[in-house]
Amino acid sequence: MNGRQQAVFARAAQERRAALIGYFPAGFPSAADSVRVMAAMVRGGVDLLEVGLPYSDPLMDGPVIQAAVESALRVGATTDDVLVVVDRVSELGAVPLVMSYWNPIERYGLERFATRLGEAGGVGVITPDLTPEEAGEWIAVTDECGIGRTFLVAPSSTDVRIERVSRATTGFLYAASTMGVTGVRDQVSDAAPALVERVRTVTDLPVGVGLGVSTEQQAASVAAYADGVIVGSAFVRAVQEASDIAAAEYAVEALSAELARGVRT
Amino acid sequence: MTLATDTASGHYGPYGGRFVPEALMAALDELDAAFRDAIGDPTFTATLSDLERDYTGRPSPLTRARRFEVECGGARVYLKREDLNHTGSHKINNVLGQALLTTRMGKRRVIAETGAGQHGVATATAAALLGLECTVYMGEEDTRRQALNVARMRLLGAEVVPVLNGSRTLKDAINEAMRDWVTHVADTHYLLGTVTGPAPFPEMVRHFHSVIGRETREQILAIEGRLPDAVVACVGGGSNAMGIFSAFLDDPSVRLVGYEAGGEGVETGRHAARFVAGTPGVLHGARTYVMQDAWGQTVPSHSISAGLDYPGVGPEHAWLHDSGRATYEPVTDAEAMEAFELVSRTEGILPAIETAHALAGACRLGRELGRDAVIVVNLSGRGDKDVVTAARWFGLGVDPTE
Repeated sequence: MNGRQQAVFARAAQERRAALIGYFPAGFPSAADSVRVMAAMVRGGVDLLEVGLPYSDPLMDGPVIQAAVESALRVGATTDDVLVVVDRVSELGAVPLVMSYWNPIERYGLERFATRLGEAGGVGVITPDLTPEEAGEWIAVTDECGIGRTFLVAPSSTDVRIERVSRATTGFLYAASTMGVTGVRDQVSDAAPALVERVRTVTDLPVGVGLGVSTEQQAASVAAYADGVIVGSAFVRAVQEASDIAAAEYAVEALSAELARGVRT
Repeated sequence: MTLATDTASGHYGPYGGRFVPEALMAALDELDAAFRDAIGDPTFTATLSDLERDYTGRPSPLTRARRFEVECGGARVYLKREDLNHTGSHKINNVLGQALLTTRMGKRRVIAETGAGQHGVATATAAALLGLECTVYMGEEDTRRQALNVARMRLLGAEVVPVLNGSRTLKDAINEAMRDWVTHVADTHYLLGTVTGPAPFPEMVRHFHSVIGRETREQILAIEGRLPDAVVACVGGGSNAMGIFSAFLDDPSVRLVGYEAGGEGVETGRHAARFVAGTPGVLHGARTYVMQDAWGQTVPSHSISAGLDYPGVGPEHAWLHDSGRATYEPVTDAEAMEAFELVSRTEGILPAIETAHALAGACRLGRELGRDAVIVVNLSGRGDKDVVTAARWFGLGVDPTE
């Protein structure tokens, strides 16, 4: 695993808590403002920052994130802009990963992307629509560049698949808590603890649980069994509901602090 | 097929595969196993062929286009009449196969995407026939362009959901259908309408349409006593083309030509000519030719025909293109509409505007091949749904929506 990513989980484990992993799309509402929002997330207590790469066909995302990435694309966000955002937030002390659908990475060039991400201070990439079966070249390239790879497991994954996905993963393992798309939910699915338990039997990799977490209480309940608590749509919604960027930073920092308390209970 | 295809892993050369969220992998494995099991089961194949005969009305005729061919260089042109199937297009072939598979897998609900509405109508039809719940996703833009088909689907008992995000067209309807599927996969089958998407969809949809090619081969051999010189079809996702091509892939003497939408002209950028302006990429679960910008963002396509208005194409077509076994050419809106008018007036057949692209291509090819050539065109659908568009195009002043 990438050393800086490993350190995040090691420190959280030492403090007997889960890591807080926060997602936000680069370029929303603008490249500069997305950096301000991400900085606020980190100030509030986000340990690992997922920088979203906006894509035209985000088929794993619910309406909140869809609207944000559509807006980012309308103002012209590109892969180069995303890498600049990674560079900025890294300078501000964040530990950034990129979350991207596969086609933009393939189009940019696997090696070029992994190399530039490393130069920008990125520690890993989460690829929600790439499975290990199609990832041969990506595995070789990321190994070469020291970039962590995060693949996903889902409640529907068989044990054979969980093992295959774990073997291909060199970052944390992303456990989708529910069968569905991203978005805020009243309740985090009860399928998640069982999934994490199955994952534990085949790997020592840290496991992050995402999809549906938005409150301190939910963060606390997920932190009880996972190594990382992943929150995305709640941050995006906080920005969408804010009247201006200063209000957005304030709301996001407060939400981040609340979730950071959650992962410590 | 002797080319480097590997349908077991869902790859066609470098194309195809599965680029989907992990949550769908189990469902795709289940579908793959159920599909292979079903096509080896005589009960399943008998049920399907009974439905094809008694419900769809197969075999569909092969009609010689005697007056049309005179205008096209004198080559003998035959039309494979998929327009005469129940629901008016080839789409029913695939839909019946997958709907039977749905009940076999013990699922009670189907979802589908639709552009022009033909696949949506066919899916709603099969769902009604087999007692399945049905939800159809359709871009909001398309629900307005094809209001009649929306009504047809609702009359058949389907729920039609207008999709308001992205470009509000077919590609966004597919995104929304995938989101529904990942959420309800336990009891829902995604009845994908063309030879795109993750494996096993391209292979499975081709299989259920291969009846078109098998019949055509038998019919043309009976009439002409020889194989045709060319078999041509329009290509949106490419299901009608794969259906008819599939029986001729191993006959090198038979030219296979796919016609994609040249829209307002490839040079204008407003088209769906993936093999002219697209590049290999990943869209909707498979690697294939995609209309995309320098950053890998999908570029919206354009065509007068909603069924060809799609920025991706089936991965097997991508491979047939690269390997040279099939060739693909753009046909503009104007050329298609000219062929639409010509075949209407010479043969008394109103073709779907999608199909009119293939007819325009056949005419072009007929002039090139000359008098002794035999050309088969897959007449994939009828044009009733396009009467308003055509009336507007030709300025007939009888716009029924006004």
